[in-house]
Amino acid sequence: MSLDSLLPASILLSSLLPGAFIFLVPEENHLLRGVLNMSGALLKLLLVGVMIWGVFHGHVYETRLTLAPGLDLVLHADALSVLFVTLSSVLWLVTTIYAIGYLEHSPNRSRFFGFFSLCVSATVGIALAGNLLSFVIFYEILTLATYPLVAHRGTPEATRGARVYLAYTMAGGALLLVGAVWLRALTGPVDFVQGGMLTGLHLEHQGQLIAIFLLLIAGLGVKAALVPLHGWLPQSMVAPAPVSSLLHAVAVVKAGAFGIVRVVYDVYGVQLAASLGLLSVLGILASGTILYGSIKALSQDGLKKRLAYSTVSQVSYIALGASILGPVATIGGLVHLVHQGIMKITLFFCAGNYAETLGIHRVSEMNGVGRRMPWTTLAFSVGALGMIGIPPIAGFVSKWYLGLGAVAAEAHWVLLILAASSLLNAAYFLPILYRAWFCPTPETWPEEQIPPRRLETSGALLWPPLITAAFCLLAGLLAAAPFSPLEWAELIARREYGL
Amino acid sequence: MDSLALAIGVPLIAALAAAAFPARAQALGLAGALATTVASLQVTALVWQQGSLRSEPGGWGAPLGLALQADGLSAALIAMTALVALATAIYASGYFRPGNRPREFWPLWLLLWTALNGTFLAADLFNLYVNMELLGLAAAALGALGGQPAAVAASLRYLLIGLLGSMTYLLGVALVYTAYGTLDMDLVAAALRPGPVAGTAMVLMTGGLALKAALFPLHFWLPPAHANATAPVSAALSALVVKAAFYLVLRLWLDVFTPLVTPAAAHLIGLLGAAAVVWGSWRALRAERLKLLAAYSTVAQIGYLCLFFPLLQATPPGTAREDLLAALVLMALTHGFAKSGLFLAAGLVQQSAGHDRIKELGGTAQHLPATTFSIALAGTALIGLPPSGSFIGKWLLMTSAVQTGQWWWIAAVMTGTLLAAAYVFRVLGQAFNLEPTPRRFLTQGRTELPALLLALTSVAVLGLAARPLWQLLQPGGAA
Repeated sequence: MSLDSLLPASILLSSLLPGAFIFLVPEENHLLRGVLNMSGALLKLLLVGVMIWGVFHGHVYETRLTLAPGLDLVLHADALSVLFVTLSSVLWLVTTIYAIGYLEHSPNRSRFFGFFSLCVSATVGIALAGNLLSFVIFYEILTLATYPLVAHRGTPEATRGARVYLAYTMAGGALLLVGAVWLRALTGPVDFVQGGMLTGLHLEHQGQLIAIFLLLIAGLGVKAALVPLHGWLPQSMVAPAPVSSLLHAVAVVKAGAFGIVRVVYDVYGVQLAASLGLLSVLGILASGTILYGSIKALSQDGLKKRLAYSTVSQVSYIALGASILGPVATIGGLVHLVHQGIMKITLFFCAGNYAETLGIHRVSEMNGVGRRMPWTTLAFSVGALGMIGIPPIAGFVSKWYLGLGAVAAEAHWVLLILAASSLLNAAYFLPILYRAWFCPTPETWPEEQIPPRRLETSGALLWPPLITAAFCLLAGLLAAAPFSPLEWAELIARREYGL
Repeated sequence: MDSLALAIGVPLIAALAAAAFPARAQALGLAGALATTVASLQVTALVWQQGSLRSEPGGWGAPLGLALQADGLSAALIAMTALVALATAIYASGYFRPGNRPREFWPLWLLLWTALNGTFLAADLFNLYVNMELLGLAAAALGALGGQPAAVAASLRYLLIGLLGSMTYLLGVALVYTAYGTLDMDLVAAALRPGPVAGTAMVLMTGGLALKAALFPLHFWLPPAHANATAPVSAALSALVVKAAFYLVLRLWLDVFTPLVTPAAAHLIGLLGAAAVVWGSWRALRAERLKLLAAYSTVAQIGYLCLFFPLLQATPPGTAREDLLAALVLMALTHGFAKSGLFLAAGLVQQSAGHDRIKELGGTAQHLPATTFSIALAGTALIGLPPSGSFIGKWLLMTSAVQTGQWWWIAAVMTGTLLAAAYVFRVLGQAFNLEPTPRRFLTQGRTELPALLLALTSVAVLGLAARPLWQLLQPGGAA
């Protein structure tokens, strides 16, 4: 077995094995748990670095395990998987630091970090899955690994939120499984192939292919929170802040969106999907979700709830990009996979900081918080402005390319969606920024837990959002630099369209 | 002595020894369990090398004598029985406290194992009857071991039902003997002519065995019997004893009554299986006690195995059919490991909490992390989620349902899967609460580890490394 075939498996195991050991770590042994967590995260990052370099230069990395004759578990690195693996590995490291700070005094940390690592391993598996079977396997494992994180607090609301999450994702998983089995029975092994696995030869089964596409999209749409399958996402806001970050930016929602991209580009192929009329279905679903999420976000007073509905809306940009035929729109959708991740994780870190430091959970409690916690609020502002699409922050780049792609594909209605959505984004984010920076500071905070010292809150909580906010700025400012998310998305689009 | 006879002789001798020296019953029982495991795995290894084995101890050959044979199917089940029974025996040695009647446990346990191996290895229909009878008696006696009135009543009913099943089976055997003058399975299969006699014999034998395998709607006796027995016994009853009866149905339909298996007959079994999946899962969801939940889940899992019958019937011989049969065996094995792990874990919960009412288990689940983890792993396999063996089984089952145009079974599988997710997470949800954090992952290794290993096998080993099963089931052997 060559080293090339071991790399994908090593990336998976670099979080899976530490995760398994963390379960066994005695609760009070902070040091050992921290070492396991951090060494896994750093090792993974190192291995991912090697993989980026190799894939850029056309290396093939593939690990294959035969489960049964004709059923292979395949981990395969192509440009698209590298995009997602890199995103999740980088954000995992940051989130781990944040989570260690966030959960310092709360119970059941070994259980938490064990499942946390499993969750990231499943995400990496989703990113690297080389065929539909492997994708389904890791997609389901992700459901199993996130349930304990959502339920972690153990309060009645937490278990209820987790139950709702599970009901939605299990039902979605079932649809995905039926679609995957059906496609497998129709065409044989469903490998992910750049440009699409299905060919014109399969067109004799046109009706079945359409039905399968709808099943797959419905199954993936649950995790990607496509309306009307989004109901779990606001409910699972009861989870601790690092988990929300993970759900919204790194793992769950992303896994759904990534799956949609895989199905459109690497299973059906964008041309075939367009000729079957499937792209317009996806486009309508995505547009409806973008508008619905934004409108719902307007009326939420709970900060995390508002962010949750914002996620519902923003993640659908990825699906929207996939639904427009043409490489430019593809770039816009793919780059948003990364940009939404870094912006949304920043916002959730900041929301967690407000809650942990001052007990602020509602938008209406945020008056003048910018003076008490300037750095957190600065990071929050970067994330929020990026979401609206203000240059030079990352979100602007995504919207720009989506708009250009829509024009190129003569889908002018998409511009209307983008404009309406940006206005709505501004309408629900700018009032928060106004309150935070310009409204007078109240006499007391709801529940001040961390007094101001040299830093406005504890370091482990403050640094992660600052780092990710810096990513948001850099991804926008240096969009044209080599190995930027945009450059990489262009590489993927070139390979998908065979340009 | 040949290896087939050893796999039956070793546990029998150990059972006699444990009965003869009650003071040392546990030590003898454990040594016997270890020796039986070695003897059983040797059979599996030989089948792996040679494809199939046959021996005639005593030198009386067919058509009248006593013959033993093993092929991939029996070898797989013998290996599963060995590993599950060994792990359960180790668990039992730590589970029973003085005064909990461990002395009677060991001889009966080994006798049960003898009968199981005998069933899997028997080559003729009457020998099968004898082993089934022994199995039923040992199982009923083990079930009553706890001594509570509910357990005794359930076991008595279990015994009577078992006798009824055996009698019905025996009637079928008598018909076969009258018509063909032999009881050897291969010879009967060769001589069989479709007709009223063979048809009646098949209905009688299948019906009797279906009663013992708790195939819906003949499952009514199973939940009380399995839920009220002590934990190691419940594990064996659900994981192994029911499988033995199911194995026989499969064996008869595949190898003996082949010409009589019509689409209608296969569909009937499939329909009953689908009903069992839905009904068993639904009752498991409504169950108030953990062990009752596990018992109803067994009813559902037997249903999944029955869904394979119409698909096997519709698939012509070839790799597709071999895949399907392997998937069936994989699901049976996965259930064996998962369910025994679940019952063993449930026993620990019950011992620690003093009861197993699901709604009140929160604190116990919280302070036994390894046990809760075992329940979660076993639950993953029972739902059929990846990476468990039953996920692969269901994947192949559904693929075949699409390919043979029998779509409707997918609906049954998916309904069962979602219901199973609901009942498993109803239990696991209790583990998330505001009770204090446990200090350690493992609290009592001797009982917690066997449960954990069994559950882990059903998920990680059978899900990710099941490939050798396909080689074992190949007619010519793997090597």
